[in-house]
Amino acid sequence: MSRRLLLAAIAVITLLGGAITYVVHARTGGATENAVPVVTDQPMTLDARTLYFRNLAEGPDTGKLAAVPVGDPGAARRVGELRCDRFAAARSTAICLRLKPGSLPPLTDMIVLDANLHERHRETLPGTPSRARVSPDGRIVNWTLFVTGDSYAATGFSTRTGLYEVDTGRLVKTIEELAVFVHGKRYFASDVNYWGITFAADSNRFYLTLGSKGKTYLMEADYRAYRGTAIAENVECPSLSPDGRRIAFKQKVAAGSWRLAVLDLATHQITHPPETRSIDDQPVWQGNSTILYSLPNPAHTLDIWSVGPTTRPELLVSQATTASFS
Amino acid sequence: MYLASVGPLRTPLRRVPGNVVALGIVSLVTDVSAEMVTAILPLYLVFGLGLNPLQFGLLDGLYAGATAVLRLVGGHVADRWRRLKTVAGIGYALSATSKLGFLAAGSTVPAIGAVLAIDRAGKGIRTAPRDALISLSGPPETMGRSFGVHRALDTVGAFLGPLVATAVLWASLNDYNSVFVTSFCLAACAVILLTTLVRDRTPQPSPAPTQLPVFGLLRDRDFRRCCLWAAALGLLTITDSFVYLAVQRRWDITTSLFPLLPLGTAGTFLLLAIPLGRLGDRIGRWKVFLAGHLALILALLLICGPTGTWWLVLALHGAFYAATDGVLPAAVGPLLPEHLRASGLAVLQTGQALARMAAAVMVGLLWTLWDLRPAILTITLALLAVTIAAAVLKPLEVRR
Repeated sequence: MSRRLLLAAIAVITLLGGAITYVVHARTGGATENAVPVVTDQPMTLDARTLYFRNLAEGPDTGKLAAVPVGDPGAARRVGELRCDRFAAARSTAICLRLKPGSLPPLTDMIVLDANLHERHRETLPGTPSRARVSPDGRIVNWTLFVTGDSYAATGFSTRTGLYEVDTGRLVKTIEELAVFVHGKRYFASDVNYWGITFAADSNRFYLTLGSKGKTYLMEADYRAYRGTAIAENVECPSLSPDGRRIAFKQKVAAGSWRLAVLDLATHQITHPPETRSIDDQPVWQGNSTILYSLPNPAHTLDIWSVGPTTRPELLVSQATTASFS
Repeated sequence: MYLASVGPLRTPLRRVPGNVVALGIVSLVTDVSAEMVTAILPLYLVFGLGLNPLQFGLLDGLYAGATAVLRLVGGHVADRWRRLKTVAGIGYALSATSKLGFLAAGSTVPAIGAVLAIDRAGKGIRTAPRDALISLSGPPETMGRSFGVHRALDTVGAFLGPLVATAVLWASLNDYNSVFVTSFCLAACAVILLTTLVRDRTPQPSPAPTQLPVFGLLRDRDFRRCCLWAAALGLLTITDSFVYLAVQRRWDITTSLFPLLPLGTAGTFLLLAIPLGRLGDRIGRWKVFLAGHLALILALLLICGPTGTWWLVLALHGAFYAATDGVLPAAVGPLLPEHLRASGLAVLQTGQALARMAAAVMVGLLWTLWDLRPAILTITLALLAVTIAAAVLKPLEVRR
């Protein structure tokens, strides 16, 4: 009996030792060389000639904000010191969403940055980063976070979308109070979720997705009047073109599968750029005809691709996600 | 002053059978392992793997049903082989193995689904033989206390799990695989503790072997009535997540504090599990079981009413668990012959679990139709009626 106890004690100690060794190794391990050419120690600021993204290439600089010239996206990427899980910029404002490390339940830091990428404001919000955008004039930043434990299904998720006025400091933690109309009638339901805001140039008109009872709607909303109307169905993660005439979005084709689509706001015609792979991203416009989005690659990270209305998809930046221009 | 009242803290624990404490420790370590994975799973799926979380909403309900069926299988097989410890051990080992499955599954959605299914299967298989072992490890007069001790230790594990997960994430610089590896190592330790510390109780052989003894059991009037009342009460028991949601709405609790509400319930459960188990031994376990439902009714009325505070609701909710979770098997265990203890407890708990699943669907439905408050109020009043009926008709009157 005592021999059995001794054996058991040895096994328990070995297992616990193994766990501790694994944790320590995970802490110190990881690549020390960058898998792609990287330029460090150069100041990074917001300007119109640069494409910003999150660097995913393995190495010491993975997860950091990186930049390449718009005209030469294949150039060696410049990396700064800023770490963001989601990043977006417009004019002289940027938003950075960063998961707070070691926070359970998860919390996200929403950081507003100026043109020199210095912190202007910070809010800590519950949830994990999903989407981030800045209105074209840089006055309003908005975000979507995934929140757990909010819905009645135990493992159910919901989204929480909020915004912040950079000049006035007005914070809207969740836009659930928006008065919404579907098919001409005021819409009430306990399971309403909002995600993916995109603002027009006037920082008043905006679009977003409303999800409820298994359906999604494209809402066109007025910020000052604080009301919105459903103008289309099956539209997720809308992105308004710079000329304000079209909306790129992901269109659900089956559970867990979406197609890139474009809605013309004047004619309500939906067209599909020649991209057939499933995308799960809020698209980004480069000019008024090219659309950028992330797709998974065989290395289990993401690449940024671009596609035109009729031109074939092209790999723009490998090992990168959350593209943004300012 | 005589000796028994001098050391009231020491004496009750000392008299608890060693086997029950050993099973409690096994459950504690297993719960640390399980809860640390539960705590990081949403974060891992959405953030670590970049999966779209709206794909995962339906998985849970599906597995709850499968667990219920496997509990019956576990109970039946354990009785058939007369090997309670072996079958419980298989269940613990299955769940332990599944933790390593997360490393192998990567970001493949069906593989993650399979890993979760194996974990739940292990949980389903082990529950009934483990509870049968607890009930056979001590005299029937103190069974309430035995289950109380086990459930209290179990809850300590549930408390520690998220803390351990946070510590591992902090130490490993947010490496999710480290959490799975640590969780596996702890679960494997629990299996070793089970094999070395827990002594098997071989039930007496069945006098006349029958093909499906469970149906024979249901012919026993007392047992059948207990199962029916437990299921009827379960059908009107408002699911935890609805309770927390209602508490959040009623007292406007900030969303960052919302995930901490279950700790209030667990804390009270932990503190009251042993005292209420002992109270059941003294005044009758069915009475305590029904009183627990009254605590739940009171909590729900406070949510709908004009007065009260959120912590009082959580305390009553914890008292409900302390008065029902371990007390029910303690009440019904002695009714069952030893050779059918595991399958009998499996039938009882499966009936209750399926009824509670139906309740969750019903509350969800009423909520969308009427809004949360009228839904809760209606079901609470129905629960009150059934509780009173169960008290008047007293299925366990004779044998308490």
